[in-house]
Amino acid sequence: MSRKIAIIGLIIILFVSFVFTGCSGNKKVLNVYNWGSYMDPDIIEKFEDEYDIKVNYREYPTNEELYIKLKSGSGDFDVIFPSDYMLEKMIKEDMLAKIDMDNIENYQYINDRFKGLAYDADEEYSVPYFWGTLGILYNHTVITEPVDSWDILWDEKYSKQILVLDSQRDSIAMALKRLGYSLNTTNDDELEEAKQSLIEQKPLVLAYVIDEVKNMMIQGEAVLALTWSGEAVDILDNTEDASYAVPKEGSNLWFDVAAIPKNSPNKEEAELFIDFLTRPDIALQNTEWVGYSTPNAAAYEMLDEEIKSLESYYPSDEVLDKCEVFIDLGEYNNIYGDIWLDVKIAD
Amino acid sequence: MVKTVKKISIGLVMLFLYLPIIVLMIYSFNSSEFLGVWEGFSFKWYAELVRNAELKEALYYTISIAVLATIIATIIGVFVSVGLYYSSSKLKKAVTTANYLPIVNPDLITGISLMIFFVILRIRFGFSTMLLAHIIFDVAYVIVVVLPKLMHIDFAQIEAAMDLGAKRITILFKIILPQIKQGILAGALLAFTMSIDDFVISFFTAGNRATNLSISIYSMARRGIKPYVNALATLMFVGIILLILLINKINNEKEEKGRLLNYE
Repeated sequence: MSRKIAIIGLIIILFVSFVFTGCSGNKKVLNVYNWGSYMDPDIIEKFEDEYDIKVNYREYPTNEELYIKLKSGSGDFDVIFPSDYMLEKMIKEDMLAKIDMDNIENYQYINDRFKGLAYDADEEYSVPYFWGTLGILYNHTVITEPVDSWDILWDEKYSKQILVLDSQRDSIAMALKRLGYSLNTTNDDELEEAKQSLIEQKPLVLAYVIDEVKNMMIQGEAVLALTWSGEAVDILDNTEDASYAVPKEGSNLWFDVAAIPKNSPNKEEAELFIDFLTRPDIALQNTEWVGYSTPNAAAYEMLDEEIKSLESYYPSDEVLDKCEVFIDLGEYNNIYGDIWLDVKIAD
Repeated sequence: MVKTVKKISIGLVMLFLYLPIIVLMIYSFNSSEFLGVWEGFSFKWYAELVRNAELKEALYYTISIAVLATIIATIIGVFVSVGLYYSSSKLKKAVTTANYLPIVNPDLITGISLMIFFVILRIRFGFSTMLLAHIIFDVAYVIVVVLPKLMHIDFAQIEAAMDLGAKRITILFKIILPQIKQGILAGALLAFTMSIDDFVISFFTAGNRATNLSISIYSMARRGIKPYVNALATLMFVGIILLILLINKINNEKEEKGRLLNYE
């Protein structure tokens, strides 16, 4: 018996010592909190070598989980990557530190088009990290006509082969843009029109989904899908039959941005890290690894001609001019919710 | 007739339980990245798994927390159960009812309340908070499994031992523990599984330093879960099967030895 206890004791001591030796050393530690698979690990190593700072890199699954962790104060984070709407919410709730843009020398390389957007109009809290669009993913072996308008998702030829996102803001945005309205509209007539057109589309829709888009498209259950460019990237990488298009009527632009929480203990190092990520060669390496579109104009210039010319990753200025970012609608959020509910329960 | 029906129904239940795991294991050898598209046999996801430092770190946290939490929770759970065995039935009832709370409570509530609790106490979040949280919910499972086993012990045995002059510690080691050994083992296994399995409570108590497999895998959801997770699941499944076989074998050998001794 005592031998058994000794062995168990030994195991405990081994484990505990293992754990505590892990955090030895006097190097500065920078806590980076990002989405899963959203940064080339090699970049982190490069940063550690170049600045002699240890990066403690952790991942989160959704904006909401990031928010809860930050709000509760369970752990200090120095650099986070919220999406546009979450950034706006965090700014409103005074959860973020202002970034000293003088320390982000490479901010000059960010495409001017992507600076000062509605979610951070004064360019005080965020540096764009990746961006993308909402658009149409389609199987070009089945659909031979050009896909350049939202109208195709209302085409009876493709009845029961269309997937629409079960995401109220995105799906209502699709309908609003098709009708030529702003996707942040608070005009009740426009919203009513959008609702009617979504109800009109409903019989053609195979399913309202989110995560299933990938597998349903690859297995050929559907030929058209409303989806985000980020999702599309993963599918395009793996099948030759798919294409992605941003309709000419315009669409939603979404951003994931780098920001610094208010209680960050290492703000200086955090700015160093954000500046490092924005350096053209690093931004280039990152966009090639992640596959999302980079907001960094200098990195974009260095990309392969082939990728640069892909309108699915980098739509033309003409289309981009018609794209908008979501803004927080306050009370109107509920009205959008009601509309989506009406669509979902309509016959 | 009845026998065949029995066999078929058992077979169906087994199929129902294990088919998803078998599918997952098969697809861990698929060279395509997508489920449902078979492109050919390959070990590439296993190779990628070995290269993935992040997942290895998460695995280290998962295993070390599971092992430590199981050991500590089992010790605490057994002591609580033994204590309850000696207590009045009123206290016993109160504690067992309270003990159901962490089990019945949704993980989300447990996770968030533990997080708030640690924030109030100003404990630095990390390995220690995650370990504490795991011990807390593991103890409840150990007690639930161990206590009923204890209740089967006839109190007369204890009284007899005391009559013969045995000390309490001797009674614990010679009479109580040997009779609830199976329960302790089952409780420990359950605690271990619960700990490896847990995402919600871990997520809220991990802070910024610790992580574990379920957090890492769940974080991949946005970019799609890569098949090297299937490879990892396959390896863990095979590992656990081997462990169970080993435990069974040891138990069988012991039983046989025991039987031989009895015949002498």
